[in-house]
Amino acid sequence: MLANRLIACFDVINGMVTKANKFQNNIDIEKAEIVAKRVYDMQIDEIIFYDIKASAEKRPIDLKLVETVGKEVFVPFTVGGGIRNLTDMYNVLKAGAEKISVDSMAVRNPDIIAEGAKAFGTQCIVLSMQVKKVEKTTKIPSGYEIAIDGARVFTGMDALEWAKRAAGLGAGEIVVNSIDNDGTHQGYDLLITSMIADNVSIPVIASGGAGKMEHLYDVFTKTQASAGIISSMLYSTKIEKNFTVKEIKEYLQEMNVNIRPYIH
Amino acid sequence: MIGIVNYKAGNSHSVMNACGKIGIECKYISAKKDFADISAIILPGVGSARATMDSLEELNIIPELEKCVLKKKVPFLGICVGMQILFEHSEEDDIDCLGWIKGNVVKFNNTKVRVPQIGWNKLSWKRDDTFIKGLNANEYFYFVNSYYVKPANDDDLLAVANYDGEFCAMIKHDNIYASQCHIEKSGPVGLTVLKNFCEEAVKNVSK
Repeated sequence: MLANRLIACFDVINGMVTKANKFQNNIDIEKAEIVAKRVYDMQIDEIIFYDIKASAEKRPIDLKLVETVGKEVFVPFTVGGGIRNLTDMYNVLKAGAEKISVDSMAVRNPDIIAEGAKAFGTQCIVLSMQVKKVEKTTKIPSGYEIAIDGARVFTGMDALEWAKRAAGLGAGEIVVNSIDNDGTHQGYDLLITSMIADNVSIPVIASGGAGKMEHLYDVFTKTQASAGIISSMLYSTKIEKNFTVKEIKEYLQEMNVNIRPYIH
Repeated sequence: MIGIVNYKAGNSHSVMNACGKIGIECKYISAKKDFADISAIILPGVGSARATMDSLEELNIIPELEKCVLKKKVPFLGICVGMQILFEHSEEDDIDCLGWIKGNVVKFNNTKVRVPQIGWNKLSWKRDDTFIKGLNANEYFYFVNSYYVKPANDDDLLAVANYDGEFCAMIKHDNIYASQCHIEKSGPVGLTVLKNFCEEAVKNVSK
């Protein structure tokens, strides 16, 4: 059977991995290709890069970085940030990425999801969404609102509705990133993760808040999420304890969670 | 020299990187003239069957591919949609494919499982082969697919995995290997398979 995935996600600025706490105070950590190679050697299942300033600065994604990482990393990697059109998508795939993540741009122009899916296949298009818990209203019945542009701009869009619409347009996967939980190390937002995973038939990736191994157990046993993003757990200096992929995988296996086993 | 078919819809770059990592000499092929000194051919794949067929037709290399693979029996490896288009027909866009191998391409049942299938799935080998030399009884490989092949002949099955039921993950048919999983993105086990294929192909040439 298909295993649950552990995904390392990096926010990159000028080729350096940063770790944002609630999208602010970015701290440089290390060169992106070095971090990528390291987590690949640790047996991570997948890697996502967000060129987080590309969209706000209205410039294309750093293709050189994608190429460099592609030479070192032989698990799938997704690239996002600054994707504006099919040409950008094509360039990122040609540079060696497997999948393209769209976020703010897809909110502004949802057709990019359908166009990308048609040109490269639905499995290439990952919709990433930044969700914030808000009061339930008739306009936002799920109680979660979509934000864009590094979680700075609120759209008035309902997260669940957007997820369903994006899946219908041809997104192959959805990353649900909780703005509230991001960088807190207090666990994923299981409620919205569950709500979305129960209402779309494509894989859902939980994001934001993982700080302990139990958080992964929770997300894989209490929601229908197919994958969990772990970033801080692996390398953040702001967290109490960092973990290796081996530790996490061996723990999950022991807890009977279906995972690609760590190979000794 | 291994030739990697470089076409618009493919991820030839990733396969080239993987070959580079394991020290295999290879080059891109995208026109008839590129086939001259090739000892094996890899057809990478991402995306849809139609986009793949269209790109190959646009390059006008299908006749040359067929001459090499079907007549000269040059070792061949198709990956993902590069596997699917070897069969007769695909449900995806309802199109006719190359038809080198008897069988069809069908979709996973999305009322039973999430489609596309994305992630690492466990393979079971249906027979022994040099292609999977050095691997354990069950290994995890990376899949990204909504469709899978149903070979008409069970003898073509090399590996199977489970999703909405058992499905074909790898085939061997004469000089043709094909893998639904992305061996170029399946970590060390995938690189082992790629190396096995390339080394065996080069060995055949020197015979």
